[in-house]
Amino acid sequence: MANLTNLYDVSKCTACRGCQVACKDWNQLPASIKPFKGNYQTHEDTDGDTYTIIKYFEEEDPVHGVSWNFIKRQCMHCFDANCMKVCPKGAYTKTEWGATIHDPDKCIGCQYCATACPFDIPKYLKRVDKITKCTLCAGRVEEGLEPACARTCPTDALIFGDRDELLQIAEDRAKFLQANGFPNATIYGKLELGGLNKLYVLTDTPDKFGLPVDPKVPNVTFWQNYVQPYASWLIPLFLLASGTSFVTTRLIANKNKGHEEGKEVVNDAIGS
Amino acid sequence: MTNSVNDLKNTDCALIMGSNCAENHPVTMRWLLKARDTRGAKLIHVDPRFTRTSARADIYAPLRSGTDIAFLGGMIKYIIDNELYHKDYVVNYTNAACLIKDDYSFEDGLFSGYDEENRKYDVSSWDYQTDEAGMALTDPTLQHPRCVFQLLKKHYERYDIDTVCEITGTPKNKYLEVLKTFCATGAPDKTGTIMYAMGITQHTVGSQNVRAFSIVQMLLGNMGRPGGGINALRGENNVQGATDMALLYHLIPGYINSPSNAPSNKKLIDYIRSVTPGSAKLQFSNLAEFRELVKAGFPNSGWKINSSKWIVSMLKAWYGDAATESNDFAYHYLPKRDDKKNYSHIALFEAMYKGEIDGLVVNGSNPVVGGPNANKEQEAMTKLKWLVSIDLWLNETADFWTYKAWTRSVHNSAVPKITPENIQTEVFFLPAAAVYEKEGTAAQTGRLVQYRWKGADPVGESKADLWIYYELGKRLKKLYEGSTRPEDEPVVNMTWDYDDGHGHDDIYKVARELCGYSLVDGNPVEGFAKLMDDGSTACGNWIYCGGATLKDGQWFYKPQKRIKEDPSGLGIFPDWGWAWPVNRRIIYNRCSVQPDGVTPWPGDEARKLVNWDAAQNKWVGVDVPDFVGTTAPDNPNFTKPFIMQPDGYGRLFAPTSAMKDGPFPEHYEPWESPTTNKMNSRDLNPATKIFEPEKQGTVDKYPIIGTTYRVSEHWQTGALTRNLPWLAELVPDMFVELSEELAKEKGIKNGREVIVSTTRGDLKAIACVTKRLKPFTINGKKVHQIGMLWQFGFKGYATGDTANWLTPHIGDANTTIPEYKAWLCDIRRA
Repeated sequence: MANLTNLYDVSKCTACRGCQVACKDWNQLPASIKPFKGNYQTHEDTDGDTYTIIKYFEEEDPVHGVSWNFIKRQCMHCFDANCMKVCPKGAYTKTEWGATIHDPDKCIGCQYCATACPFDIPKYLKRVDKITKCTLCAGRVEEGLEPACARTCPTDALIFGDRDELLQIAEDRAKFLQANGFPNATIYGKLELGGLNKLYVLTDTPDKFGLPVDPKVPNVTFWQNYVQPYASWLIPLFLLASGTSFVTTRLIANKNKGHEEGKEVVNDAIGS
Repeated sequence: MTNSVNDLKNTDCALIMGSNCAENHPVTMRWLLKARDTRGAKLIHVDPRFTRTSARADIYAPLRSGTDIAFLGGMIKYIIDNELYHKDYVVNYTNAACLIKDDYSFEDGLFSGYDEENRKYDVSSWDYQTDEAGMALTDPTLQHPRCVFQLLKKHYERYDIDTVCEITGTPKNKYLEVLKTFCATGAPDKTGTIMYAMGITQHTVGSQNVRAFSIVQMLLGNMGRPGGGINALRGENNVQGATDMALLYHLIPGYINSPSNAPSNKKLIDYIRSVTPGSAKLQFSNLAEFRELVKAGFPNSGWKINSSKWIVSMLKAWYGDAATESNDFAYHYLPKRDDKKNYSHIALFEAMYKGEIDGLVVNGSNPVVGGPNANKEQEAMTKLKWLVSIDLWLNETADFWTYKAWTRSVHNSAVPKITPENIQTEVFFLPAAAVYEKEGTAAQTGRLVQYRWKGADPVGESKADLWIYYELGKRLKKLYEGSTRPEDEPVVNMTWDYDDGHGHDDIYKVARELCGYSLVDGNPVEGFAKLMDDGSTACGNWIYCGGATLKDGQWFYKPQKRIKEDPSGLGIFPDWGWAWPVNRRIIYNRCSVQPDGVTPWPGDEARKLVNWDAAQNKWVGVDVPDFVGTTAPDNPNFTKPFIMQPDGYGRLFAPTSAMKDGPFPEHYEPWESPTTNKMNSRDLNPATKIFEPEKQGTVDKYPIIGTTYRVSEHWQTGALTRNLPWLAELVPDMFVELSEELAKEKGIKNGREVIVSTTRGDLKAIACVTKRLKPFTINGKKVHQIGMLWQFGFKGYATGDTANWLTPHIGDANTTIPEYKAWLCDIRRA
């Protein structure tokens, strides 16, 4: 099955944040009303109750004057999803059309995925002791609808469809922008980390939008290559090891029993 | 809008001025960005502040609040000096060639006929020189020194680029870039659109700001053509519908001047004379004689020659059988406004403050947050005997009497100490249904009327507005039942038959009345040209006439149409909803072809809307022609493209009583301004009424310009959006935007509290220090401007101080719309 995804074009985004609200509406996420800190971007980052945000970048240079750039941030649904690799409980799965889905029922809140994500996306929600993140509206997509964020975008900055087709649109668009005042215009998500199931058209280099130019997965080779593939073997092995450890510790402890008891008496005497 | 929202995709250049459309009309950006991507259109944003609209614009040019006429006056001069105007268009479609009376003059900020004492103009000299038949004399060569074109040229001679930039504070290179880019649409194959909102109108010169747009657009030949026009973006989804229905004190439905108590309005026939252009000197004393004159036609009347048909049909709709030719169709039932009185928002609250008003019904409005000088308006409400608030939420106005409503974070002696114990006003609250909980039409900003079906039942006891008003009318009529007193007749004889047969309101009966019906056979009147003034038709609002038709013998309402097809590819979608008048999507569309009525403008075949088809002997095209469709272009009686004007010409010069403050826009400073007027020695618009002279802040104490605006995330006074957690979290607090330079001068840190003060009140808010605001250099001096949201109050999830505590009670000379957008203040750290 072809990959289905969103294409987000920064040159068409007006930062109305309709996508942010539509996301909360569809996913029925609570609001977190925090004080205004002097920036339109009231959420510094995505959080357990906020799967997507628009980031604002206010800049000024002598040639172009003031500029105000926006970018939508959410899960990138990497083809080779690191979160999936590190999860000890198999809470992450890939849909056949490319969405990375996280199953809260399997999640134990260990947050390995949060540290392993090159985009810092999985967020720990303390209230439920689980990780949460964008689902690419898998529930909607599988019913033939587009994701809530794309559905609400008034300017078509966010569109949904077949990744190959969107890639073509994105490449054409980047060329158009390069010829029309944005020489550094580029696309993002085509090749990064072996491909993301989320495409961007950027009017400038990725770093200008807070995106890693050459994203790398954190060093988790041990997990990835040894622990994860053999997890099912390793668990009984660990159990055996800890069982042995328990018995041996006990034996040693019993050997030293007398000394310990003496200590306790002394403590009691002091306590009274 | 003269054009439509979808039509923005057809433009070659958009001048967005006094509007932050990306934030407040997000859908417009969809079409503007399409224009940019498909046609290479340029987007220009002119605004004191760099906003989310500027972020997507090709050119951003800052200007100081309240200097739009200087900016546009310079543009008019640039167009004329560089001969960038669309000459064929200007000569044939505008009044450029008309000669103006010799006693018209303009000197040092004053037009001829000024009465200093009453701050009023005698407008009689602002008129055409006419022949014996009353037609304007013209000089199509545009060389005569008294022709409009030459007077226009002379008037704007003073608006040179350097002077303009000293007034507006716009960097000269940016100003030149705007001039060059937008004025290029004067080429016959190009069109440019102007989009505006409250940043243009909420000034003491608000109406003249829009007049300046008209002049620019007519010089460039941009009216009546796809991708052109002057497009007012309405701030509420049905505010267009509200004004159509005469939610303005000086009008009756369909933009007809309301009758006053002046002697000239005493009888129906006098009133008809006063609203029918060209009839002033004609001999007639009753409707029968007048009808004959109309049948024969008379000059200088335009389409408004039919006014009597619209008025009589309205009276028939309102008073039914009680309205007959022998009793002047019950014209005497209509309330007459006091000719000397101003009933605008500011004037009403001033009267309330003086204790002249007993009761107030506030429906979907929240003056405690949204009214200018809101401290005073809130105090005025304490003098009411009763207040009815109809709203979705118990908003700040409904709760104006509570302790919280009178709590101020900063003390100011202008705000009285009031507590609930000393408020005697009785407050009634009627919970109203939300838009998705009721049925009916909304007329959006492009005059498109769309029917909306109910999506959910109203919550709790809330009711649709129609239910509330239908019940109110029913009960009023019950109170007057059986009365024989003549003064009670307007209520006793008022038609109120909106019953669905089960004692409930029937919205289709309201629609039927609005769209018009024949009193002979009860069928729909299919277009306002078929309305009559003999009592055989009834129509509540002539511009909605034609909105209904018979389909299989049943009434069908065209706003319910939902066909998503656009045969022309110009975004007209003729069968989606219905636009007034008569489903015309672009008004003045005669201008989309050359004067011969056949040939498109050179190089612009694709944007031709209508043309004369000699074979069929009628006008054909992709839009509904904006004139009688069977009159050939060479017919001497053929009216010019602007059919609502007596002479059919677009008005570069606004003759006689069209404007109260001058036939040409002239730059005046806002009431509270940091500088003197560089264009003339009158600082303030000479025809503006001054309500509170003692409240004028001066630059020595209040050196900073203040302005107010909205953000995407909140709507109007925030009553709706500050009660929704998902929106409240996006803009959780009241904030004030200021430049980094001003913050440095005042020691203000981003995200910390500041106090803004004026003569009318103070407020506390959070500072948003930004690069997007910059100090201006005005007449050689550095001037700071700050801006803030007017959407906060003390109710809801997101609360904050109200910006309108600071705004003044002064308004435009024509409309009295408050000057929310430019006033003086000071700012300091809290």
